[in-house]
Amino acid sequence: MWRYLAPLAIFVVIGVFLRVGLNRNPNEIASPLVGKPVPTFSLPTVLDPQQQVSTESLAGRVTLVNVWGTWCIECGHEHPFLVELAKAGLPIYGLNVRDDRTAAIAWLNRLGNPYVASGFDPEGKAAIDWGVTGAPETFLIGSNGTILHKHISPLTPQIWQRDFLPLLRENCGPADCPFLAAVGGR
Amino acid sequence: MKILLCLLTAWLAFAGGALAVNAQEGFDDPALNERYRALIREIRCPKCLNESIAESNAPVAADLRREVRRLMGEGASDDEIKTFLSDRYGEFVLYSPRMSPTTFMVWAAPFLLVMLGGFVFWRILAARSNQPLDEELPP
Repeated sequence: MWRYLAPLAIFVVIGVFLRVGLNRNPNEIASPLVGKPVPTFSLPTVLDPQQQVSTESLAGRVTLVNVWGTWCIECGHEHPFLVELAKAGLPIYGLNVRDDRTAAIAWLNRLGNPYVASGFDPEGKAAIDWGVTGAPETFLIGSNGTILHKHISPLTPQIWQRDFLPLLRENCGPADCPFLAAVGGR
Repeated sequence: MKILLCLLTAWLAFAGGALAVNAQEGFDDPALNERYRALIREIRCPKCLNESIAESNAPVAADLRREVRRLMGEGASDDEIKTFLSDRYGEFVLYSPRMSPTTFMVWAAPFLLVMLGGFVFWRILAARSNQPLDEELPP
């Protein structure tokens, strides 16, 4: 009996491991920051070096934080969708990493500026505190300042529907997200 | 065979040499520099598949190396630096992850597998020793 069952059992175990393992995206590493408060940061904005964007800027409402740079080709692909979300009233903050200020301003002028403000982080120092591995990456921040979700790779309407909307519905108080209907949440 | 062995030795000698770190990057103090070189080999680049931050040319690896140098300059211990990085990037960045509920299986698996193998071996031995001896001998 065992003689026949054991190979079958081994086959099933290997099969399950391969099925799960081969379908995972090795670039998507679960961030230990999800469920934790937003890291403390304070950066000059891209548009105006005199102005600061910081942890306090995010407080009190549901926001997105989007990591971008003009060197990042995929960022250009997701940009129109960010503009669309911003038009619907969702506050989006940018984290501009390893970039040149002039190039970044030109980018925003050319493609539109979906950001309430973008922190300018040419050395990627704040990016390390955010556990950023590259761009684009998008964080969903709750109104109490906790990171609800992190997405690596461009944000698309499909990913927005699948990963972000359920979390928004769950974490939005009636006053927190006046934009919820406009971004597809109701 | 000898040539093959020579080639293998030569390859092994060079295999460890593929580093993204340039010569200026590091510390003047040789002991500190040695520690730095060893430490960055133990930290996995979070963007690239299975390269340490010493080997990787990815921008994030350069940033992490700079961060390691800054922390070392401030007098942080290896352990503090590893905690700093794993708080931000997860246990994933440590090539030898520390014991925690998520990494428990990584550490326990070899022992469990050896125990499983031992159990199977013991079962086979037990089954064999139950067989009458003369059955195995030619008539």
